Amino acid sequence: MTVQELPGAAAYRPAPPPAWRHRTDPAPLLPDSEPFRVLGTGAELDRALMLKLYAELVRGRRYNAQATALTKQGRLAVYPSSTGQEACEVAAALALEERDWLFPSYRDTLAAVARGLDPVQALTLLRGDWHTGYDPREHRIAPLCTPLATQLPHAVGLAHAARLKGDDVVALALVGDGGTSEGDFHEALNFAAVWQAPVVFLVQNNGFAISVPLAKQTAAPSLAHKAVGYGMPGRLVDGNDAPAVHQVLSEAIGRARRGGGPTLIEAVTYRMEAHTNADDATRYRGSAEVEAWRAHDPIRILEGELTARGILDEDGVRAAAEAAEAMAAALRERMNAEPVLDPMDLFTEVYAERNGQLREQAAQLRAELEAEAR
Amino acid sequence: MATATDRTAGRRTAGKPATMAQALQRAMRDAMAEDPTVHVLGEDVGTLGGVFRVTDGLAKEFGEDRCTDTPLAEAGILGTAVGMAMYGLRPVVEMQFDAFAYPAFEQLISHVAKMRNRTRGAMTMPLVVRVPYGGGIGGVEHHSDSSEAYYMATPGLQVVTPSTVEDAYGMLRAAIASDDPVVFLEPKRLYWSKSDWSPDDPAPVEPIGKAAVRRTGTSATLITYGPSVPVCLEAAEAAREEGWDLEVVDLRSLVPFDDETVCASVRRTGRAVVVHESAGFGGPGGEIAARITERCFHHLEAPVLRVAGFDIPYPPPMLEKHHLPGVDRVLDAVARLQWEAGH
Ligand SMILES: Cc1ncc(C[n+]2csc(CCOP(=O)(O)OP(=O)(O)O)c2C)c(N)n1
Repeated sequence: MTVQELPGAAAYRPAPPPAWRHRTDPAPLLPDSEPFRVLGTGAELDRALMLKLYAELVRGRRYNAQATALTKQGRLAVYPSSTGQEACEVAAALALEERDWLFPSYRDTLAAVARGLDPVQALTLLRGDWHTGYDPREHRIAPLCTPLATQLPHAVGLAHAARLKGDDVVALALVGDGGTSEGDFHEALNFAAVWQAPVVFLVQNNGFAISVPLAKQTAAPSLAHKAVGYGMPGRLVDGNDAPAVHQVLSEAIGRARRGGGPTLIEAVTYRMEAHTNADDATRYRGSAEVEAWRAHDPIRILEGELTARGILDEDGVRAAAEAAEAMAAALRERMNAEPVLDPMDLFTEVYAERNGQLREQAAQLRAELEAEAR
Repeated sequence: MATATDRTAGRRTAGKPATMAQALQRAMRDAMAEDPTVHVLGEDVGTLGGVFRVTDGLAKEFGEDRCTDTPLAEAGILGTAVGMAMYGLRPVVEMQFDAFAYPAFEQLISHVAKMRNRTRGAMTMPLVVRVPYGGGIGGVEHHSDSSEAYYMATPGLQVVTPSTVEDAYGMLRAAIASDDPVVFLEPKRLYWSKSDWSPDDPAPVEPIGKAAVRRTGTSATLITYGPSVPVCLEAAEAAREEGWDLEVVDLRSLVPFDDETVCASVRRTGRAVVVHESAGFGGPGGEIAARITERCFHHLEAPVLRVAGFDIPYPPPMLEKHHLPGVDRVLDAVARLQWEAGH
């Protein structure tokens, strides 16, 4: 028996489906196919901002070099360098207002320092004395986050809370290309879009997650395209072009502040050094690729353009280098001092009040320390 | 804003006993009325009032910004709650069912539990994660887990579970008031248990961390919590016929653990049985038995015994009665406490 032969089949007429339409028009959300650039386009440049960006890039690179040297001397347990990515780090931090919040990952010490954090406090996590060497509320910098992408929902929650309180605060969350594969990335973007939270997500696509290239991480046309599925704009920017990063971030932050909701920005950049000092980058990439990116170095291209335009001169270059050198010398000196830690602090901030177990264990440790001292 | 309305579930109407679900709802309502930083969020907590109706009426009374239906994503719910707490709010998160809290474990363990420690006290996590837990309601799989051992194993979390209507109110108020995160385990099979507790005359809110002696006795101590408390009280009544006078200690708080009350009881009675629903192997009972043994060894007349759920994934509803520790299993254990040297 076929369907047509079923009793009553002739009378059956499928009802047309209810009208369906896009919730959000996807077209304006789509990123440009080419990363946005400022350098080399003849666009107008804000002199003061350019000099600030330049000085911070130079200082940032010197910071990376100094911190890497400190790992070799055993002063830091590990250091994930952001050399090559300074434009993202610096421009992101400088695009924020003081009342805004930064949610960095473990690689983003430079963003924290560019935002004004003490260079030594930014390194306590990596030195191994304390996890977070600063008061996040004081600087409005969340703890440097090690579990990938888990800081993203925090940024959304904080931005949401600020908006509920009537504060025009924006949260900027930094994440790597690998981190975009994590569930927390998805959940954070989805919450942000549904709540129209004033948050900006900046993906620093530096080509690799440790050794895994982007092609093995995602099949999306670009990471910025991921925004569209959540109903937020995606923006693609040249991550080595500091003025471009600053402009795209400023626009997104301004939009969020005005109640326009979240943005996902992908900055295309390159990690010039190994993932950390513990990694051997020659196992997964060739020197030709590295050299090609060296030609597009963020400091070199900014310096070139600013010099050509007469915004920066030899004195300016020298002054930036000297300031960076002074920062490095001070950092070296302070990091060479042995940190003084009190073992009894192990028990001080587990709970607001020590419970019975912790009181007993603290007494045990105190006794051990006293025995050692004798 | 917080006007008392008879319509709301938390208010016990004259002569009608209140349920645990109502007491919990009332606790959130009172906390929200007193403190504008208290926010409730989770799946279906708004318009529906939660699948167990524990948040019934809160969205209506306080608005959707204070009682928020979130997207369906547990890590996202808890992760955004972390950010809200960073900005000075006190989020109360509902996880719909025990086994659906697992996607949020990373946020719970890596951030909620550790934020105070990571920031050396600069940033605290005054948030509550409410988890309906345990079996006995005929739920299909993934709706009856007892996950307390996972939470207990995570320093930085407080883990509590009420067994009475009065405690449900008082303990949830204390949890919301706590400056440290609390995993608040709600024994879902006691949601509809009743008492004459009146929200107009709430019991004083005690800080978290104190066990309660629910029944005094002299021959042995049953140490239990949450859904197993009524089972132990029933067993204690039944044991009277056998000549056993059992004391029942309701832990209420698994972390912090009230060694004092537990050990005082065991030193008096000399015998102890730990009773809980979750699997015995690697479960809370092992920790509790070890603590008792370390502290009360010379007072013990018999080894500390455990009566727990079997070491199996939670069984299908038609078999759960064989899995859950019931009165008979508790009584069997009590009988085994007649320990003689040489056994
Ligand atoms: C949840 C989680 N899984 C694994 C790791 C180990 N891990 C540390 S960095 C890293 C790669 C991250 O790559 P990406 O997100 O691209 O950031 P990048 O290091 O390039 O800045 C991995 C796998 C981690 N930190 N967190």
